[in-house]
Amino acid sequence: MKNHRVPQEVNAGSMADIAFLLLIFFLVTTSIENDAGLNRLMPPENNEARAEIKERNLFKISINDNDQIMANGEILELPRLREKVIDFIDNGGLPMQSREYCDYCKGESLVDLSEHPSKAIVSIKSLRNTSYPVYVSVQNEVIGAYNTLRNRESLRLFNTTYESINSDYYNEEITDNQKEKLKESLEIIRALYPQKILEPETINN
Amino acid sequence: MIKFNKMSTGRSLPPISTASLPDIVFILLFFFMTVTVMKNQNLLVENTLPKATEIDKLDKQDRIIEIFVGQAKDNHNTNLGNEPRIQMDNKFVTVDEVGDYALQALSVMPEHLRSVATVSIKADVGVKMGIIEDLKKRLRLVNLLKINYTTFEGDVLDN
Repeated sequence: MKNHRVPQEVNAGSMADIAFLLLIFFLVTTSIENDAGLNRLMPPENNEARAEIKERNLFKISINDNDQIMANGEILELPRLREKVIDFIDNGGLPMQSREYCDYCKGESLVDLSEHPSKAIVSIKSLRNTSYPVYVSVQNEVIGAYNTLRNRESLRLFNTTYESINSDYYNEEITDNQKEKLKESLEIIRALYPQKILEPETINN
Repeated sequence: MIKFNKMSTGRSLPPISTASLPDIVFILLFFFMTVTVMKNQNLLVENTLPKATEIDKLDKQDRIIEIFVGQAKDNHNTNLGNEPRIQMDNKFVTVDEVGDYALQALSVMPEHLRSVATVSIKADVGVKMGIIEDLKKRLRLVNLLKINYTTFEGDVLDN
């Protein structure tokens, strides 16, 4: 006779209300963080190291107080900066018989641009009254130039873009084995086009 | 007069079951619970970030030191002036104090994260480079060399 007694059901009608309350609380408190940006590594403060670099291996970008951009002695607009930087890095200016000849560069081997991507240094200089968005844009274009070149080499060597390798590497779901492999390919590409961006201190005028 | 309830007088439609409503709401709830990052700082400064395209995600919040730079919001205090101000740790700090506050933020981090700590510079679009350079100099003095110019994603030509 026991089986006749059906246990009383709990009324779940108010569950929706409770869930709604929680939902609204989280909706209100949520701010989906937009944290993304341009990563840079600054040089240590007390660095006494001096390196002699050739004029041709340095690409000087200066931004003045009126946010005008000058690259290697030429005033230009922001959209053209990226191709200029690419031309500079990818120049491969050494003669073919030289030991350090850059065999993967596709540049025009001009005499006044860089000898080799590993020697190419980009310097970004700003003044105190330069506005921050312009500075960030210039940084962005220089990093973009490096990324374009790295993508090209990555497509040639590994058939995927540098960005996709990079994002796969930071993906949590891959095995250690895969990770090791990706790291290797990343390092190969980074060695081909190492990012050398100088940010000299602003001089008061 | 037109009768609207002509139909319902006869065969009434079966009521729509709301039994799955809690489930739907719960799914939404879990979504928001997982994506929510509680704001631990009240913004005291204007903070519209510039735009950039070549950005890396700063997904791990536990190793980030945030610095906000921008004009003081006028609803807080009208006598703060128009000069850009630095906000760290929920209050205004001067340029000279930045290093101390950064070290303080570093010291509460777990030991294994200290070497990978990144300073996220969240500067407003109206800020000039002078204060950013000062900031960078102070950070270099305390050997916090990994910085991130935090931006929105978007075309740089809109900046």
